Amino acid sequence: MDLAQTYELWRGWMQSGEEPLAWWQTFFVRFYQAFIEGDRWQQYLEGVGITLVATAMALAIGVVLGVLVAMVRTAHDQQRPGRPRNFFLGVVNAICKVYVTVIRGTPMLVQVLIMGMVIFASSRNYTMVGALTLGINSGAYVAEIIRGGLMSLDPGQMEAGRSLGLNYLDTMRFIVVPQAFKAILPSLGNEFIILLKDTSMISVIGGQELVFFAKNIVNRTFDAMFPLIGAAVIYLVLVMIFTWLQGKLERRLRQSDRR
Amino acid sequence: MIDVKHLSKSFGDNLVLDDISEHIAPGEKVVIIGPSGSGKSTFLRCLNLLETPTKGTITFDGAEVTDPKADIDKIRQQMGMVFQHFNLFPNMTIRKNITLAPVRTKLMGQAEADETATALLKRVGLEDKADAYPSQLSGGQKQRIAIVRALAMRPKVMLFDEPTSALDPEMVGEVLDVMKELAREGMTMVVVTHEMGFAREVGSRVLFMDGGHILEQNTPKEFFDHPQNPRTQSFLSKVL
Repeated sequence: MDLAQTYELWRGWMQSGEEPLAWWQTFFVRFYQAFIEGDRWQQYLEGVGITLVATAMALAIGVVLGVLVAMVRTAHDQQRPGRPRNFFLGVVNAICKVYVTVIRGTPMLVQVLIMGMVIFASSRNYTMVGALTLGINSGAYVAEIIRGGLMSLDPGQMEAGRSLGLNYLDTMRFIVVPQAFKAILPSLGNEFIILLKDTSMISVIGGQELVFFAKNIVNRTFDAMFPLIGAAVIYLVLVMIFTWLQGKLERRLRQSDRR
Repeated sequence: MIDVKHLSKSFGDNLVLDDISEHIAPGEKVVIIGPSGSGKSTFLRCLNLLETPTKGTITFDGAEVTDPKADIDKIRQQMGMVFQHFNLFPNMTIRKNITLAPVRTKLMGQAEADETATALLKRVGLEDKADAYPSQLSGGQKQRIAIVRALAMRPKVMLFDEPTSALDPEMVGEVLDVMKELAREGMTMVVVTHEMGFAREVGSRVLFMDGGHILEQNTPKEFFDHPQNPRTQSFLSKVL
């Protein structure tokens, strides 16, 4: 008797109650039902794939937005005092400030709902709308992380670069940014992990990622525990893998600290 | 070489430099001393525009540094600066620290810059540190590298902002030795320092600053042996 037949038999017993099942038999039936029957594991896999794609897209949007906003805000704050301020930069800086304030000041779930049901109400591509929302959201946080990293660096580094005759961009590129990047990597990694988990919110507007499929299976089987815990375990494993990769990267970048 | 006219600098309401005019001739070794908060570091940092003067003009080699249209990067390439806290770039090897600016500003090719770096490192006795990172060096070594880094740009003048103040006492000597050698070679130097021995031995002129003014200046011998200003006298009586 193979696994499928065992499952059919035991599930029959479980539903009719004609034969009481041991706890491990119940576990087997529920596990099989949640993950194996009808090749449901493929749905989880598909969900993970979409989760990763959405995370990557959101991350790309977030980093681009974050770098832009951080550059504008830092350039604005670092203008030489006592000189006439750049009007255009002032306007862009104000826009960036509003963006960061609004995004950080409203719940992510509300942002996802507004984007999915108001702004892109007619779009059917829920996953992309969701990824876009996450990217815009992440951009605000990444901007603040980058700005913090740039500001935390000893101003003497910028001064030393400039005093040698290097221009602003070269000093940023070779001296400030590499050091700031190393300093903010833990926070960026943290932001990435939050982003990965927050893709689960896309499911509320119909984005077809991991939680979406898990919930579908719950609806199909009337058993919530196994699909949801399964999804949780998958997220956990993904996060652990990325944490490990991040640690490796940090160790590489720490080369210059060795004594 | 450097001509300062009516230079004032204030941070908010705090007037740090008050209408200073001064001329520094080629080959001079000007040593600036004074109590902390007297504006001597600010004066030095105004010379290469790390601080923007509130009023006044600074001319360097015929070019007006304070002109908003001046190519400040070009001017700074000819003014080396050494900082109290070294400000080496911790993310690069010593060699890269030294060669980055000459290469990026197209003063030299990478090969020529590497040779220059090796030659300069040899002069300060640190040629074996070329591939080390700044965190592997002692304070005195870092400051000697910082001087070499500035010299690699072949500057016409060197500005020193309290170069030995952050060092352990036993490392002060090795840095001062490098500076003395530089002075012997005829480099124009402006040095803010608390090292009175250095001022006396190396300086061609000593300026005493307090409260944003240059209160007194003279040759080192006259300055230390016969200070005129009462404020100078009381300062010297405390530090000598």
